[in-house]
Amino acid sequence: MADTAVKATGLDKSFGEGAARTYAIRGISFEAYLGEMLYFVGPSGSGKTTLLSMISGILKPDSGEVIVEGKDIWKLSANQIADFRLNKVGFVFQDYHLFGKLSTVENVAIPLILKKQDWHQAMKSAMEVLEVVGLTSRASLAPVKLSGGEQQRVAIARAIVGRPDILIFDEPTASLDGVTGKKILEFVKGDILNDRRCILIVTHDSRIFELADRIVEMDDGKIVNVRRGGEIEG
Amino acid sequence: MIGMFKIALKLLINDRAKFAALVVGITFAIFLIVQLTSIFAGILIKASANVINIGARIWVMDPSVNNPLNTVPMPDNVLDEVRSMNGVKYAVPLYSGVALVKLKSGIYQPATIVGLDDATLLGRPELLEGRIEDIYGENAFIVIKDQEYGKLEEPAVGTTFEINDHRGLIVGIAKVTTSGLFGIPSLYTTYNRAIQYLPNTRFTIAHVLVEPKSEADIPEIKNQIEKIGYLGLTDREFEKKTADFYIFKTGAGVNILLMTFIGFLVGLSISGQTFYTFILENLDKFGALKAIGAKNSELVYMILFQASFASFVGYGLGVGLSSLLIFLGKKYVPSYTADLGYWNLGLAFFMVLVIAGVSSLLAVKKVIKVQPFEILRG
Repeated sequence: MADTAVKATGLDKSFGEGAARTYAIRGISFEAYLGEMLYFVGPSGSGKTTLLSMISGILKPDSGEVIVEGKDIWKLSANQIADFRLNKVGFVFQDYHLFGKLSTVENVAIPLILKKQDWHQAMKSAMEVLEVVGLTSRASLAPVKLSGGEQQRVAIARAIVGRPDILIFDEPTASLDGVTGKKILEFVKGDILNDRRCILIVTHDSRIFELADRIVEMDDGKIVNVRRGGEIEG
Repeated sequence: MIGMFKIALKLLINDRAKFAALVVGITFAIFLIVQLTSIFAGILIKASANVINIGARIWVMDPSVNNPLNTVPMPDNVLDEVRSMNGVKYAVPLYSGVALVKLKSGIYQPATIVGLDDATLLGRPELLEGRIEDIYGENAFIVIKDQEYGKLEEPAVGTTFEINDHRGLIVGIAKVTTSGLFGIPSLYTTYNRAIQYLPNTRFTIAHVLVEPKSEADIPEIKNQIEKIGYLGLTDREFEKKTADFYIFKTGAGVNILLMTFIGFLVGLSISGQTFYTFILENLDKFGALKAIGAKNSELVYMILFQASFASFVGYGLGVGLSSLLIFLGKKYVPSYTADLGYWNLGLAFFMVLVIAGVSSLLAVKKVIKVQPFEILRG
């Protein structure tokens, strides 16, 4: 068994007050392992994004704990949690959230800049990562001049440039055609995933299920099933 | 933080339309603030022209006098009493009045006549042409070559004119630090000739000019002057009294300061609105930065840096534009007055800091509130 990347225990999360209160996550526990590509699937509103937000130090749970490297991240101060996100987690947002006024290489270098790395060193490291995702020729262009697939790869480059242990992809194929989406995920599994890294993916796209190591099925804020990737649903 | 500031700068200046709107708004505000306060400073300097040009240390006047252009003549015994006061090195009379001068062309032109003490010529201007001792010659006057010089038809040494049916003769051309407020040319002569040539009231001394033995004697001299029912002010105090008169008693100060405040509000509203819109449009990016690991304090520094950068660029352009206009105004516009000093630059700098601060404050509140979860949720 590989080392545990993240262990969540008894997570609960609700939004609103009184009669308007809705329960997004109800007592979820699970473990994700280094070297694993883990999918979270389920209908809209099932709590996938909320769960990953709590695991990644973005949204505080009402109760429960998230253990990374033996520490409950929600017992850290606000600045320590920001440092945890910076050093341990890489995000690929659904809409990428790339900075249109910066060049591609500058977008990729942002986590390194946040880590107070020297500007030129950060750009050099970002170029190396752009080489990994095959976009060195696009480095000086603004992201708006790139295709959807290329923008996705820039977002991936930005997520991995800081060498995080946990990579979180939110609907990575939502803005891409089927072929490009699958190619990207094949690239992620083949070139980005390694035994020191865990990749957590929220998706609806059944065409990429075959690439998952495990698939966590969620509904109504609970885990209803965990199965191996590539297995037929149901 | 240098890398973060570099990112902040690129985000700001690469959004060219917003950056331009921001800088233009601030530039316009600073231009208005600097221009209006400079004009007002220029007016105040001109209003104190006599005090500045004559340069006496203590000015004795009737207590009702509130500016050098509005004198109340004093009797001769005031001069004698002041001369006998402790701490006074010497004291001399000064005549200041306005007379109609009939020029060669037949035109009558009002002119300020300054009568200097015959013995000392205290307060005499710096001569450009002629000799100062010629002022003691028959009908002698020295003309001041300032912005109003042309109104006397640019007289040369030897030019004659009529003043109150007396012959006048230009024996020298001089310059002064500043010309007067109301666009009237100036002629200097001796005190005795002034009171002899010009129609006079019963008393003729406009001011007694006093030189103290030392700076330490000034308070005692002022006390003694007060005891005889008159007012003694140092040159700085007299300039301040004059400034206070124009600021608070004439309406000019209030109106110009009001215009300055309006300029400030225009700049604040344009830049505040533009910067706030800029931040709103980039709110998701700030949320993404938070999700990636940026701390609130780092984002606040980025916003303050952006607001400060835009403000300082606007400040520089605004001051530059004002300086250019003042330079051109002084060169080509008759009677134009403006004085760009440290105080109005400082005031404009303070106002630009307020603009940057207020613009940032709204944006900072918004960015601190944004939750990265909202970004992740889309």
